Amino acid sequence: MTDTKTFIKSVAIAILMVFALPLAANNDETNHEGESQEASAHVGDAEHHDSEDSGKFVPGDFIMHHIADAYEWHILDKGDFHLSIPLPVIVYSETSGLNVFMSSKFHHGHESYRNFKIAHEGENEGKVVEIIQGKEVVPIDLSISKNVVSLFVSLIIMMWLFFSIAKTYKKNPNSAPKGKQSLLEPLIIFIRDDVAKASIGEKNYLKYTPFLLTIFFFIFINNLMGLIPIFPFGANLTGNIAVTMVLALFTFVITTAVANKNYWVHIINAPGVPWWLKFPIPLMPVVEIMGVFIKPFVLMVRLFANITAGHIVALGFYSLIFIFGEMSVGLGYGVSVVSIAFTIFMSILELLVAFIQAYVFTLLSALYFGMATEEAH
Amino acid sequence: MLLTILLQVASYAAFAKMGAGIGAGLAAIGAGIGIGGIGGKAVEAIARQPEAVGDIRSNMIIAAALVEGVAFFAIVVTLLIVFM
Repeated sequence: MTDTKTFIKSVAIAILMVFALPLAANNDETNHEGESQEASAHVGDAEHHDSEDSGKFVPGDFIMHHIADAYEWHILDKGDFHLSIPLPVIVYSETSGLNVFMSSKFHHGHESYRNFKIAHEGENEGKVVEIIQGKEVVPIDLSISKNVVSLFVSLIIMMWLFFSIAKTYKKNPNSAPKGKQSLLEPLIIFIRDDVAKASIGEKNYLKYTPFLLTIFFFIFINNLMGLIPIFPFGANLTGNIAVTMVLALFTFVITTAVANKNYWVHIINAPGVPWWLKFPIPLMPVVEIMGVFIKPFVLMVRLFANITAGHIVALGFYSLIFIFGEMSVGLGYGVSVVSIAFTIFMSILELLVAFIQAYVFTLLSALYFGMATEEAH
Repeated sequence: MLLTILLQVASYAAFAKMGAGIGAGLAAIGAGIGIGGIGGKAVEAIARQPEAVGDIRSNMIIAAALVEGVAFFAIVVTLLIVFM
């Protein structure tokens, strides 16, 4: 017992000594106060390359740059050395037709190429725009951007995982599971039994199980990939509202397509509701019809906001290190201990959120399918 | 008196940002009260019937995710105010 107590005491003393570092290295504070006020006035501005050039750290741009989609995969910056992987830009404009080129032609957004450039301010900020007669026109953009590459990577991972497991099930159906099979089998059985069968019912849950399993593993694997900062992972795919909109749209389309007469009767003429809520002013039917659209919309916003908020919080804790580091180097090192501890805690929470959001999306989709195919009772 | 002070403010963008800040705080309070209530009732239920821990835990997580979804609506609105 005394061994662990002395160990904990020495760790605590080491941490407290790191906090004493800022007291030692405090002599470069004076010039930075005037400049930091200017920097805070510019936080709302779009010119993130200017902040790189002047060396000032602008947390808002740093966070947005890591969350948003991009035309190149930025890996690291060290002083003047940028390392980023250029990605193909595929745009179809009305004047020059289909244009396919690598985004390295933009030279990190500073130059224009064939009348296209990346807009830095205004409503089209961050997108490729075409300059037609001096005005910015947004062409049809089919580029393989960072999120699209991340989507392909997750597709490859999912296909590799599930095709190999399916082959094992087909070849030896009665042997004990091992390897990837034993990792994923509990999850698959959990979704099949406790989510699909429980919500949709014994009769036709098997029809919807492929979709539910795909959605669950797609969201779960992409959430996890967003948390790993190393190259081909680390893009914020499920935090992109277009992606979550498509997933919610799938759920909406399937619910509406398989809905039987009972479902529509329950919406227009809900049984058990007093007549005066339906007859002169159809309050109940209007609320129910709004619900038909709001339920998938909420699915979309819930997943998007949870994942994006988690990334913003983790990035915010990292930014603290650099904000304090601008004031004085020792303070930066001191804050980094606390910041890293908080970021580890937030990342553990984010792992939980990754699973829970995938589970909640799948469970609610299964519930909507169940409600749509329910028999009268 | 207060109105004359308000009328002197030339740019309304500052008020919008203050509104966004207050909105984010209210969203946090809402989520805190909601999920705190869920957690409390769930723990009470486990105390009453310890063998139902698994069911209670999964229902608590589902309800917490749904309540957080509502709080995130408010966050999305405040982010829209700040960035647009």
